[in-house]
Amino acid sequence: MTGNEACAEAALFAGMRFFAGYPITPSTEIAEFLARRLPHVGGTFVQMEDEIASMAAIIGASLAGVKSMTATSGPGFSLMQENIGYATMTEIPCVVVNVQRGGPSTGLPTLPSQADVMQARWGTHGDHPVIAVAPSTVRETYDWTIKAFNLSERFRTPVILLLDEIVGHISEKIVYPLRREIELIERERTSRDPESYLPYENTDSDIPPFAEFGAGYRYHVTGLNHDETGFPTNDPKKVDTLNRRINRKIERYRSEIIAYSESSLEDAEICVVAYGSSARSAHRAVLDARKSGCKVGIFQPFVLWPFPYERLSQIAQRIENFVVPEMNLGQIAHEVSCATKRDIARVNRIDGGLITPDEILEEIKNVSIR
Amino acid sequence: MFPYDKYLRRDKFPHIWCTGCGCGIVLKALLRAIERSKIPKDDIAIVSGIGCSSRTPGYLDFNTLHTTHGRAIAFATGLKLAKRTLKVIVVTGDGDATAIGGNHFIHAARRNLDMTVIIYNNYIYGMTGGQVSPTTPAGKRSTTSPHGNVEPAFDISGLAIAAGAPFVARATCYHAVQLDKYINRGIMKKGFSVVEVLTPCPTYYARPNRLGNAVEMLDWYKNNSVQIEAARKMSDEEKEGKVTIGILHDSDRPEFCEVYSQLSARVRETYKE
Repeated sequence: MTGNEACAEAALFAGMRFFAGYPITPSTEIAEFLARRLPHVGGTFVQMEDEIASMAAIIGASLAGVKSMTATSGPGFSLMQENIGYATMTEIPCVVVNVQRGGPSTGLPTLPSQADVMQARWGTHGDHPVIAVAPSTVRETYDWTIKAFNLSERFRTPVILLLDEIVGHISEKIVYPLRREIELIERERTSRDPESYLPYENTDSDIPPFAEFGAGYRYHVTGLNHDETGFPTNDPKKVDTLNRRINRKIERYRSEIIAYSESSLEDAEICVVAYGSSARSAHRAVLDARKSGCKVGIFQPFVLWPFPYERLSQIAQRIENFVVPEMNLGQIAHEVSCATKRDIARVNRIDGGLITPDEILEEIKNVSIR
Repeated sequence: MFPYDKYLRRDKFPHIWCTGCGCGIVLKALLRAIERSKIPKDDIAIVSGIGCSSRTPGYLDFNTLHTTHGRAIAFATGLKLAKRTLKVIVVTGDGDATAIGGNHFIHAARRNLDMTVIIYNNYIYGMTGGQVSPTTPAGKRSTTSPHGNVEPAFDISGLAIAAGAPFVARATCYHAVQLDKYINRGIMKKGFSVVEVLTPCPTYYARPNRLGNAVEMLDWYKNNSVQIEAARKMSDEEKEGKVTIGILHDSDRPEFCEVYSQLSARVRETYKE
């Protein structure tokens, strides 16, 4: 199956029962798959008039207690930004899939890029937290779609699933994980009665329990700064409390959220940091480099935001050289540089072509001679 | 005395609206319409966008959702489809519904999802201080049409009918008794219903256009409104400068939730083992 199909299949397994979307290459297969399948499972598919409406609709559905998702690519992702911020502010879980294509603007609709990494982080206005994940294979896409829902439900926040044209369209044989071994997380529902329910309560966990619309709680939801009751406020203390809490509720759980893999790093003198489809080429390049005696390993973050600064900083105490291949002009290389305080050897393509193993291998060799 | 308190969040008053604003008249008409519908409060969701009218939900004791500018109908679409037992009512303004949200408005009318949209049409952007809107009449002044509006205005009800809304009514804040009947009819209608309400903005629309105070504006509605039945017999010249009010359109066509449920049942029947 393709990455886009794996994403749709996994979303259904995770319990997603509402999808709203707008056609855009290279994400459209996700919508097509779900238009076919959702009626079978009692869910709803709706093709909205644009991406702004799609994002709005999935927030509305989630407020009714239904796990929801949309899928798009760069131009549509740009249109969704305001309402992604709304979901962050109102703490309504949802999953936004961005199958990245070349940009800026209409760019290269049928070709891959990884240039929306920073838009995923800072696309919506205001100080806000975000969780964004980036799988590199079809199987990883299946697993990380489920995990995206889990993170979204657990932390009551939108989660961005960053695929790219390669991951979305590549066809690979996958072995499903054992269903009984997959953990599915549901948002915590309130145990309070409607009279004492505070929809935005400052709880010890920083994650307020949820009550769905129509369940007797009759509360107010607004994108304005609000207090614990959910009503708008300009009180500096209450504004500060809310703004800090929604950021803190992600920051304090960084270690629970962050995920990465490491291989061949034990004796390595060079560390390749790669994610998404670039990680596919990077793994091959590292194997080839090892064959020619080069001591190189690979660090692959699955969660890009929050970024694994701490782990990379530890790695940088042993390893001096870092190579970061990515289909943009160095969006993650900059973060790796912040974490490691090292100069980063970059391999960048922004021409719609994928980064080949040879291109990474060449840079590994350049670094090893240096 | 109508028991408004039953539906109000009294602790949220005083409201933010200016003296003479029509928003309160529409709010009260909405509550009378809801009372008549006998729908329990827990089963009603009020969704709004951004603007003066969109502050209405904050004062009302229902499931209330104050969304982003122009997007109320799109949020309401997801909410309704995910929980079809909810009665979803959108309150919005002329700018919110027909400028930034115009696309959602016409497509929701086409889709015919069961919800009621009440559009407070005051011919101006009030919340931001009186800028020209898609319904500001040609020639009228606003802070962004200081020399007179150079653009023609939208006919909101006409737009809704053309886009396929099966129920469309228009009233003014002077016709408050009719207004709650129209809203009630809209709520009881299975499908996408639109109630346009002409509402006075004495602060930002009347002042630059020298239209007097709120009472004079209501008088204007009284003297310049024509019931649809009478309007049908009038020539275009006679209708010039008049506002047609009443139930402008009432028809039946398949509602989206029902159509989708039928589709789901058919799909499951066809593919079952």
